[in-house]
Amino acid sequence: MTERDATRDELVPEEQTTLEPEPVLVPEVPSFDKLAEQSHTASELDLSRGSVLEVDNLKMYFPVKSGGLIRRKIGDVQAVDGISFEVPHGGSLGLVGESGCGKSTTGRLITRLYTPTGGRILFEDKDMAEMSNRELKPMRRQVQMIFQDPYTSLNPRHTVGSIIGAPLEVHNIVPKDKILPRVQELLEVVGLNPEHYNRYPNEFSGGQRQRIGIARALTLNPKLLVADEPVSALDVSIQAQVINLLQDIQKEFDVAFLFIAHDLAVVRHFCPEIAVMYLGKIVEIGDRDSIYSNAHHPYTQALLSAVPDIKQASIGGRRERIRLQGDVPSPINPPSGCRFRTRCPIAQEICAKHEPPLLQIGKRHKVACHFPGPIGHHPDTPVTAPLLGTDAYGSPDPGATPSPAITNKPGYDDTWFDLDAKTLGRA
Amino acid sequence: MTQTSTPSTRLDTDDFLVVENLTVEFPTPDGPVRAVNDLSYSVGMGETLGIVGESGSGKSVSSMAVLGLHDMQRTKITGSIRVGGTEVIGLDESGMRKIRGNSAAMIFQDALAALHPFYRVGAQLAEAYVVHHPSASKRDARRRAIEMLDRVGIPQPDKRVDDFPHQFSGGMRQRAMIAMGLINDPSLLIADEPTTALDVTVQAQILDLLQDLQREFNSAVIIITHDLGVVAEMADEVLVMYAGRCVEYGACKELLTHPEMPYTWGLLSSIPDVSADTDARLIPIPGNPPSLLDPPSGCSFHPRCAHTDKVPGALCATTLPELLPGGRGASHLKRCHLANPDEIFARDVLAEIAPDLVEETP
Repeated sequence: MTERDATRDELVPEEQTTLEPEPVLVPEVPSFDKLAEQSHTASELDLSRGSVLEVDNLKMYFPVKSGGLIRRKIGDVQAVDGISFEVPHGGSLGLVGESGCGKSTTGRLITRLYTPTGGRILFEDKDMAEMSNRELKPMRRQVQMIFQDPYTSLNPRHTVGSIIGAPLEVHNIVPKDKILPRVQELLEVVGLNPEHYNRYPNEFSGGQRQRIGIARALTLNPKLLVADEPVSALDVSIQAQVINLLQDIQKEFDVAFLFIAHDLAVVRHFCPEIAVMYLGKIVEIGDRDSIYSNAHHPYTQALLSAVPDIKQASIGGRRERIRLQGDVPSPINPPSGCRFRTRCPIAQEICAKHEPPLLQIGKRHKVACHFPGPIGHHPDTPVTAPLLGTDAYGSPDPGATPSPAITNKPGYDDTWFDLDAKTLGRA
Repeated sequence: MTQTSTPSTRLDTDDFLVVENLTVEFPTPDGPVRAVNDLSYSVGMGETLGIVGESGSGKSVSSMAVLGLHDMQRTKITGSIRVGGTEVIGLDESGMRKIRGNSAAMIFQDALAALHPFYRVGAQLAEAYVVHHPSASKRDARRRAIEMLDRVGIPQPDKRVDDFPHQFSGGMRQRAMIAMGLINDPSLLIADEPTTALDVTVQAQILDLLQDLQREFNSAVIIITHDLGVVAEMADEVLVMYAGRCVEYGACKELLTHPEMPYTWGLLSSIPDVSADTDARLIPIPGNPPSLLDPPSGCSFHPRCAHTDKVPGALCATTLPELLPGGRGASHLKRCHLANPDEIFARDVLAEIAPDLVEETP
């Protein structure tokens, strides 16, 4: 560090003279082959290194107050209601769902911008859920966030240098005179001109601003980045640039991502593992193949079938799709039993009485449905009934006891429920 | 090659909307901005045209010109726009008003911003009806508003008609916008990013609705979007715009399976696909869209094009390519100097973005 700084001061004037004649508006375009080489294919899953974050039965209820003088609490918005998942070291988990399903709330809980109502957030085996602000400060270096809207998440009255340098100052990591070199290094990492540290956010385009937001999140060398819709505000042609940059960063700095997005195709490309949320609950979680080619939950199936497909152009017309009726119900007063049952094409009596457990049905595949199965092959009787100790209609069965296999813990077991044999065991 | 840049072969007298050599220029303190440059297209009854491009490529500006929504005092519009045979450019405000909302209507992207927050949804719908049906009574207009809300699938329309826009969900607001657009049975409907702010499930509902309504009313529809998936499922013809110009124009199936312009390739390669091979690469278009104050010389895409090395000399930087038929028939037009684009696409581009498709293409 010191070595580089010593040489820098001498280098500055020289650098500026060489940079000046370069025309600004004509960027050098590499040939297509080179461009393709620099781009990434879909990310792979690496399980050898354990998890960096474990979320266990996390809950966030926002109180709803009555109007009038005495604002009594009259209910709760159950924004996140008992979710569990793991994020692997240097890997990424995608969180998808419709707006209002609680995916952004989850992101804000993990960065502890909210204090959870219940549950645990284990970051490298330390529970962040109960920590005080003072205890949290060192943890915040490890968990950083990239925001959705690059136009509102940067202070328009601060220069890029002070925006990216602020975390260094807050956490007192380097002496004041070392902040600028680090800022310039970061600008280079995210593909911006390091000489532009003195500019204001309004001098940059949307894609460049998002790069600034990414540089700010990287300043403290975090181990986990929560990316809340990092590309949805950008133009199509710029989205791919930013996704490739995030993949570069993941490889180079070994950062884990919790990637929150509603674009199923982008999540598929970026995340080897995906969790699908509906109304505050995880309805299906698994690796890429389980979710995208072998979804067992009717909501995941409907969501996937709703995505418009370019390949449809060669066939013409619109794809056959599962049409979901109506809107997402209110999280203040969610439906009893399974929360999806009001819009579910295969709902039966048991769905109104019992909430389906998140049942592991494959090596890395869990689904919360009484009738899990591929499209058109959902079972006729609820597979969960014997596990819950009920009959097929959800009434208590005196002869049966609830199975201990039903838990709500993060991660996957070595044994799972085999859908064909309807028993627990290895496949 | 004696053809002009006007695709004269495509123009059909039956087409409801005919746009020829449209140019829209705005004066700004930094000089004139030519937002749309020499644009020609046509849409027939019952047909859907998809206009694709990035922000600032002139998609919205060109369609707003169709409805005369630009400030006539300042904006310089040349060329010709005929809506159902009536020339729109130069038409006075009262003549424009007869067309606007009656035979041609527009659906905007942000329904919350496009609906008036102080007026009830029903009142806003009824107003659109009364303006074009002066003899209609208030009760008729209200009945018609309820009928339209019912038609676009809003539950309990007789109750919801008295709601304010903020009481509607995002999908319902967009439905109300569509109801407002269709209340006078327009022959031309322009949908400007109708589903961009919506969730995929709601988007599918809205697209279904648009398609059902088009079938029912046999109207001409223009869908402006940046989502090629939406275009693939909805449009009969596609027009790709870049920096105010049309760079590729053709039938939807033809254009998306055999694109001939590097910008279209870039759009295709920079969005992942839900069913793609995981070995497919996501190749971005380098750089940023150009400033229209100072557009690049020659082909406006050349500063970002990764295929200029396949064109002899500095042709891309010096000469603007004409919009001409490529190697795949007269109805597929492209604005590019590449001599064998189909070959390059199949050999180089497809291998990277869809390795699973390469074997299928001969």
